[in-house]
Amino acid sequence: MRPILLSGHERALTQIKFNRDGDLLFSVAKDQHVCAWFSHNGERLGTYKGHQGAIWTVDVTPDSSMIASGSADNTIRLWEVKTGRLLKTWEFPTAVKRVEFNEEGTQLLGVTEKRMGHLGSIVVLNINPDINGEQSDEKELTIVCDESKATVAGWSYMNKYIIAGHEDGSVSQYDAKTGEQLENLPIHDLNMQLTDLQWSNDRTYFITASKDKTSKLVASRDLEVLKTYPSDTPLNSATMTPKKDFVILGGGQAAMDVTTTAARQGKFEARFYHKIFEDEIGRVRGHFGPLNTVAADPTGKSYASGGEDGYVRVHHFDKGFFDFSYEVERERQRAMQQ
Amino acid sequence: MAPSFDHLRDADVDEDDYDENEIDLSDLREKYEVQLEQGFDTFVVIDGLPEVTEEQKPKLVKFLLKKLKSVGNTKEESIFMPMADNGKSLRFAFVEYSTPAEAAAAVRQLDMVPLDKKHTLRVNKMTDIERFGREGRVEEEYQPPMIEEFKEKEHMRSWLADPSGRGRDQFAMYRGESVGVFWNNEKDTPENVVDRQHWTESFIQWSPLGTFLTSVHQQGVQLWGGPSWTRQRRFAHPFVNMLDFSPGEKYVVTWSNRPISIPDEGHPQLAADDDGKNYVIWDVETGKPLRSFANLDLPTTGPDGQPLKAPPKFPWPAFKWSADDKYVARLTQGQSISVYELPRMTLLDKTTIKIEGVQDFEWAPATVQRDGNKKYEQLFCYWTPELGSNPAKVGLMSIPSKEVVRSLNLFSVSDAKLHWQSDGTYLAVKVDRHSKSKKSQATTLEIFRVKEKGVPVEVVDTIKDTVINFAWEPKGDRFVVITTTEPAGQTAVPPKTSVAFFCPEKVKGNAVGNFKHLRTLEKKNSNSIYWSPRGRFVVVATIANAQGSDLEFYDMDFEGEKPESDKDLTANLQLMNVNDHYGVTDVQWDPSGRFVTSWASAWKHAMENGYHIYDFKGEQLREEPLEKFKQWAWRPRPATLLTKEEQKQIRKNLREYSKTFEQEDAERVAGADQAVVEERRRMLDEWYAWRQSVEEELEWEREELGLSNPADAATAKGEEGEGEVIEEIVEEVLEETEEIVQ
Repeated sequence: MRPILLSGHERALTQIKFNRDGDLLFSVAKDQHVCAWFSHNGERLGTYKGHQGAIWTVDVTPDSSMIASGSADNTIRLWEVKTGRLLKTWEFPTAVKRVEFNEEGTQLLGVTEKRMGHLGSIVVLNINPDINGEQSDEKELTIVCDESKATVAGWSYMNKYIIAGHEDGSVSQYDAKTGEQLENLPIHDLNMQLTDLQWSNDRTYFITASKDKTSKLVASRDLEVLKTYPSDTPLNSATMTPKKDFVILGGGQAAMDVTTTAARQGKFEARFYHKIFEDEIGRVRGHFGPLNTVAADPTGKSYASGGEDGYVRVHHFDKGFFDFSYEVERERQRAMQQ
Repeated sequence: MAPSFDHLRDADVDEDDYDENEIDLSDLREKYEVQLEQGFDTFVVIDGLPEVTEEQKPKLVKFLLKKLKSVGNTKEESIFMPMADNGKSLRFAFVEYSTPAEAAAAVRQLDMVPLDKKHTLRVNKMTDIERFGREGRVEEEYQPPMIEEFKEKEHMRSWLADPSGRGRDQFAMYRGESVGVFWNNEKDTPENVVDRQHWTESFIQWSPLGTFLTSVHQQGVQLWGGPSWTRQRRFAHPFVNMLDFSPGEKYVVTWSNRPISIPDEGHPQLAADDDGKNYVIWDVETGKPLRSFANLDLPTTGPDGQPLKAPPKFPWPAFKWSADDKYVARLTQGQSISVYELPRMTLLDKTTIKIEGVQDFEWAPATVQRDGNKKYEQLFCYWTPELGSNPAKVGLMSIPSKEVVRSLNLFSVSDAKLHWQSDGTYLAVKVDRHSKSKKSQATTLEIFRVKEKGVPVEVVDTIKDTVINFAWEPKGDRFVVITTTEPAGQTAVPPKTSVAFFCPEKVKGNAVGNFKHLRTLEKKNSNSIYWSPRGRFVVVATIANAQGSDLEFYDMDFEGEKPESDKDLTANLQLMNVNDHYGVTDVQWDPSGRFVTSWASAWKHAMENGYHIYDFKGEQLREEPLEKFKQWAWRPRPATLLTKEEQKQIRKNLREYSKTFEQEDAERVAGADQAVVEERRRMLDEWYAWRQSVEEELEWEREELGLSNPADAATAKGEEGEGEVIEEIVEEVLEETEEIVQ
């Protein structure tokens, strides 16, 4: 599994996203521009320039026509993927830490930072799917997080719920139409913030990553914790591989603590766990800083990781990866075929 | 509960409801009335006086007064001796002291003091007599004391019979705020026996035979044991810092750097005499204190008026136990050694043993049978530095006879360390010598062969470098020495060290030959030596060192080929394995010598806290990082109950025994694998069942809302749309050959 090293950013990566077809890869970093890459060979498609601050987050519509990016310059910007044209800028009082399109790409949610007297909030914007059409300024919905600010958020299946992860380690379920809080459960250790939340294919469950060194698989409908993956380092990101029942966790000693430990003790590895059995099955080394984000190709052929070291590493899985199965899994497969 | 302000009812506030005179206050009056005539705290009653007539009385009073004045202030007029009608005294007297404290002192110090051959004083507080002896308090008829029904105690050594029948060892772990005791399961997760939050406040310690687990608290020390882990004993030494058991677990000494202060209302275990003391020696069986001691004031100036260098932090253990639990001794540096006989805790022959200049002493760790000496004896060794023109001395003293059985004169000594071998067969004295100019240093090892006739002393060749560590093979006759070129100071990078192995030469018969150098390994960072408790295997490790953290496992009796150069020696050294444990702070062998644990304790640093388990060969079996891991302690085992013959028999038939054990092990592994597979099968089924329920629910909800499945839509769209053709050209070189055509 030879990685393709994408060195297009000058500063630490913050988020990576594959498009639905798995052929394009979007990466954002603290260096103020969005990069788009061809995932199969690592060639750069282009950059989207315009942000005036570190970019925290990016997302792409299901049809790969538009991307949205959220930045520390207090804006969400909408771009045309093909041309790099800026379609719309929404201004907010504080930085935007997370954006995500819903299943159809008709709505966009953004998580805003708590700062300077402003409470953290989750806003929902309507998106006009027509690439040349007018985008509305109006916010469809605003959910104010007055208890603990949201750090990550996303849309559940059929846009039924908005699920948010908080700074205090809890996870909330909101009604996506009304913004009413339906549930708030302490999923992770108290005051160990959630650092990532990524969806399964059908958005019926999601995986969380937290500073409490664990990652959890949680059901969307009732926030039941299905699986727990313990690790030995604070986690920054977690994703699930389609096709195979694995999860990938990324993390490492926080950047500020790195100098106090020996280099090999930094734990800058992507960790693979079996999604169902919760066993650790392998690690992939390579980054020389903590992993800030990991993302799996929706077609299941590859995964990418972005680190504090400013590199994106795209790994295409080998045959061995697809052949690897537990005996009980093979047993089940044989039973299914009969 | 008293009504709070918020809940006051009207009736509570209404004051007009009652007449003050109607209230019956007699009970309160009785309770709080000031009883003027009861200020009897300064009075004591003295019993046991001789019977005297009116004429003899002043003489007795005068005589008595002398004794009474020794503890406090009183005068002749304050002694009242009642006389009977027949003109003779009633053999008791009342005495008034000037303060209650003096009266209390009189009770404490004068009670049971003999007045003459026939009479013994009994002194009691007046108030006590009132309290206990008042009419009605003493029953007229004798009531035999209630004897509590016998309750069988828990079996304190039940753990030795491992329920799994595998003879596993237990260990205790202190991590985070909780302490747990576990069975060692080698590679697998240790099996928990008991786990308690906040079981100890500072550290844990096993008693030497493994009977008790000791927890240390601000209020004192507690011992726990038995299958239910109930509290067995409590030694309430406030602010205790350290404790040390006697080798046979009969006694324990506790120490606190804060002097004990006994509150006025008394202390549940300690008496007023213990006030101001730092050490307490307790009897484990009864849980009672035997005697307490204060810290010794170390002299700050030497005999020649020169200020002495500060003593090393605090000397611990200060009280050292003899191997048979019969004596405990303390050193007064430079002056004497005080040997106390247990359990009475009185000085042996009522005097300390004066040894001028004595610096250190060490009891033999076992009761030694010297050649040509049939008598029972305990030995301790001590050393004294050069004093004036007298040479430095190492002495070996036998207790209780106090006879010096061997003494060795040494010159140019700057320091000496005493190392007993575990059976007391050898005593190695590591002597640091300086040249006349005091510029260069050298170390010699003087080895006393304690069990041989006349205690011969052998000198092992001079070592130029500074010896930083020395360790005897337990129950054996080999040792390991670690040396370094410079003295280990406060340098950032500790200097390189060398590890040297020594063993006796081969000689005919049963005798042990001269000690010879076997091998030296140079340019190491190693600083610690850990012998297996059974001997033969030794771990040489680099502990708490930034340069490295390696553990080297050596076999001293390697069964492979022996180098020609070592053919006359009784050892064959072989490095079996090297392991690296980042940040290791401690290493400990299990009591059976089968496993070694190394751990990184949060007490020393916060990185990579956790433990590793290795087998004796150095193969790593298990690794567990644990947040805030503090301490690991293998539970010691008492000595085996099998006789020498029985042990020999087992060794002879070892193959037979191990066969059954190996079979059991194999079965267990197979069983565990089966269990894992079953568990996985269950998890897989559970997962797919959950997925099915969720998918059905999703489908149903979709239909309800009249939505189509986006996944279906995507595939439909993909079929309609133009298919994209991606061409990938792969070039693969199968073979390259070069032919030269002529």
